Amino acid sequence: MFPKLVPMPSPNLLTERDVDKRPILECINLGINFGGLAAVEGFNMAIGRTEITGLIGPNGAGKTTVFNLLTKVYQPTKGTILLDGNDTHNMNTAQVNRAGIARTFQNIRLFNDLTVEENVTVAMDAHMHYNMWSGIFRLPRFWKEERVAHDRAMELLSIFNMADLAGAKAGSLPYGAQRRLEIVRALATNPSLLLLDEPAAGMNPSETAELMENIRNIRDTFQIAILLIEHDMNLVMNICEGIAVLNFGRIIAKGTPEDIQSNPAVIEAYLGKQKEA
Amino acid sequence: MEFLSYLISGISLGSVYAIIALGYTMVYGIAKMLNFAHGDVIMVGGYISFCAVSYLGLPGWLALILAMAVCTVLGIVIEGLAYKPLRSAPSLAVLITAIGVSYFLQNTALLIWKAAPKVYPSLIPATNAQGEVNALQLFHGQLSISYISLLTMASCVVIMIALTLFTGKTKMGKAMRACSEDKGAAQLMGINVNATISTTFAIGSALAAVAGVLLCSSYPTLQPTTGSMPGIKAFTAAVFGGIGSIPGAFLGGLLLGIIEALAKAYISTNLANTIVFAVLIIVLLVKPAGLLGKYVPEKV
Amino acid sequence: MKKLSIKQHTRTDFLTYLGVIIAFAVMSFLSSNGSLSRSLTGQLVPICCYMSMAVSLNLTVGILGELSLGHAGFMSVGAFSGVVAAMSLQTVIPSAPLRLAAAMVIGAAAAAIAGIIVGTPVLRLRGDYLAIVTLAFGEIIKDLINCLLVGYDANGLHVAFNLTGSKTVADLGMQEGGIAIIKGAQGATGTTIISSFTAGFLLVMVTLFVVLNLKHSRAGRAIMALRDNAIAAESVGINLTKYKMMAFVTSAALAGAAGALYGLNFSSLQATKFNFNTSILILVFVVLGGLGNLWGSLIAAAALTVLPELLRAFSDYRMLVYAIVLILVMLATNNPTLKTFFSRFKPRKHVRKEAV
Repeated sequence: MFPKLVPMPSPNLLTERDVDKRPILECINLGINFGGLAAVEGFNMAIGRTEITGLIGPNGAGKTTVFNLLTKVYQPTKGTILLDGNDTHNMNTAQVNRAGIARTFQNIRLFNDLTVEENVTVAMDAHMHYNMWSGIFRLPRFWKEERVAHDRAMELLSIFNMADLAGAKAGSLPYGAQRRLEIVRALATNPSLLLLDEPAAGMNPSETAELMENIRNIRDTFQIAILLIEHDMNLVMNICEGIAVLNFGRIIAKGTPEDIQSNPAVIEAYLGKQKEA
Repeated sequence: MEFLSYLISGISLGSVYAIIALGYTMVYGIAKMLNFAHGDVIMVGGYISFCAVSYLGLPGWLALILAMAVCTVLGIVIEGLAYKPLRSAPSLAVLITAIGVSYFLQNTALLIWKAAPKVYPSLIPATNAQGEVNALQLFHGQLSISYISLLTMASCVVIMIALTLFTGKTKMGKAMRACSEDKGAAQLMGINVNATISTTFAIGSALAAVAGVLLCSSYPTLQPTTGSMPGIKAFTAAVFGGIGSIPGAFLGGLLLGIIEALAKAYISTNLANTIVFAVLIIVLLVKPAGLLGKYVPEKV
Repeated sequence: MKKLSIKQHTRTDFLTYLGVIIAFAVMSFLSSNGSLSRSLTGQLVPICCYMSMAVSLNLTVGILGELSLGHAGFMSVGAFSGVVAAMSLQTVIPSAPLRLAAAMVIGAAAAAIAGIIVGTPVLRLRGDYLAIVTLAFGEIIKDLINCLLVGYDANGLHVAFNLTGSKTVADLGMQEGGIAIIKGAQGATGTTIISSFTAGFLLVMVTLFVVLNLKHSRAGRAIMALRDNAIAAESVGINLTKYKMMAFVTSAALAGAAGALYGLNFSSLQATKFNFNTSILILVFVVLGGLGNLWGSLIAAAALTVLPELLRAFSDYRMLVYAIVLILVMLATNNPTLKTFFSRFKPRKHVRKEAV
């Protein structure tokens, strides 16, 4: 049902995904208008299969809108999204997820009345196959799949040190644990691209450091691509291999962390135009 | 000509629906609750004016004012005792309380006035003392519009315009719009939210009293359950036009009345309600927030 | 590895079943003893029907989280199709309990079809708009059944639709010896009563079994996830339409089975019985019992059906007292002071639960 968790690869062991140089995600001229206002326009981006990419920009630049376009919460008014080479044009949010994009939310959206474990197992729905009747009559198939889902959920939770919280209601968790649970839930859908919307928001420096470690581990363990929105520049510059800067809905700069840090357009977007001295 | 007369009776019925729906929509807009007791306030208004005319011998217009006064007080009392304590409770709890209030009003009316229907003395009787028909005769008597229908339509238009001006121009009206948008922010801006909600209930209930008098004047049987069906229809009308919107309630009420009257005349008496509800469903499928309502998607 | 949480659920569910079994045993004993009042004995089957109506509505309102104001409509569909089935199967299935079972299955199937027809447009709407449309459908179903003429003779079923109000049973064109089953606004009259308290008990058990097991399966998790946060649920691949429909149609089918049992408990039944007020009555059971709390639905349904009987001493005032009780209960259960007062007792309750 699920691919077995990949153990930590030794550095010299190249997986298939590393060999595959085709990007997992390609956005071509993506754009959306809200009542005549172009919230995002001419958005072009390609993300490698095991790449960590940062999407940064001032507040209101359209970063979350890009996530909403990728996950089809909003329907793009123009442009193409290719996921692993396939056009997602006709897909809805659920289908995009099943095709391989999972996300977290800026303002946490957990299933508050479900337990932590249920929050994770519910995300495996696409990978479970027993039907309604097997569920009602508790047929062997039900027990078999539920057992596998349970084991997998506990395995994922223990990676994030949350196994002992499995029975707690998600809504009762402290803030940091809720943020981590959102990531676990997204991973449970077995994605090839993970979108993180401000994962470090509201965290203190030591929590942020731990998160940074976690994000790297996720990429290495699951061999997936990660696109993250973040305002913590220390985090972004440290873990991202590529960065795109968005301002007023348009990409104003793309490149490695070093390129971005010295790019005058980026500095202007963040600090305003410097007066000629 | 036959069509015109059905159309006019539809507009007249629709005007009553519109007046009730205006009250409904204002209360919904501000309190975000389905006030199922609203229909029963109509019934109370009907009985008060009935008693004022039949037992106290008051003239019709005075009975109307008395009914409005009693219903206004009733609306404020209901809101204060039953709904205000539930301001932060889940919306279903408020809904069930509203249903409790509705049962309460119906059964109190049953105890006071008994189940037997009362014959309501119309505000403008169908014929005057000289035996002449109280109606406007057009096209050499081929089309007859009763004065009570004219009065109903005129009241509806006046009330609609008055409410639009009130919510647009006055301080209280602006406070109402602010509260319906965001109660917390309104409070921070120094608006007395509780007083504003009470005022809204007062206005809605006074309108219900007017609707009760006009409804019973056109359809003169008065029972404890008289308000239920018009209440549900007016609620439908408010949703039809876009709940929370004043012109929407007006438009929804009128359309509903017209559809009902024409369906009764040309399709089937038994299925008139079915047709009204089917139209509502179709409208909501095409415009999920009603004809004039704004669809606000959830922010992600 | 820890125990599957489903196994823990199964244990608490078992207590619910046990409670229903004990209640059934006690009531059957009392009624065979003759120690139940006549009116209460007459209420036994309706109470069972209302209990399973409440449990099935809880699936829509509590577990799916969508307000439905037309649940009685599905009960109505089940009742009248069940009556038609039972009356026309009289010769085919002579055994009354078997015929009742067949009628209930047919009632459930008919209500499920109605559920699909209603659900397709309704579930695209949200919140109060969805509520008003379910209300509208309840009224439409009532009006349509009011226009329905159904008869049965050697040639099979005869159905006519009394659109203008001018048709009568005679227009069905039945042979001699045919029986009229549904007579328009008069409803179903002359129905042979085959419902029994045992059947009612079994219905409640089956309803509980279906809803509890559905709730604690992947479907139930997905449905509750949609309730808690629809956008997040879709973002983890939950098919919104499929699961909403599943909950809505299951709920309708169970209401249909309850309706069939209800319809076959009275020799005469009108469609107006299943109006808006009945839908509201069942909603009151669900809200008072607690959203998502099936056990609470059962108790609320039983208590509130018996309550008006107990209030007979108040005669004319009983519905008034009922209304006041309803308002006071809602005010009390949502009072912040009382809530904190009761929450003090909660921790102890948890400890006891774990000990079991």
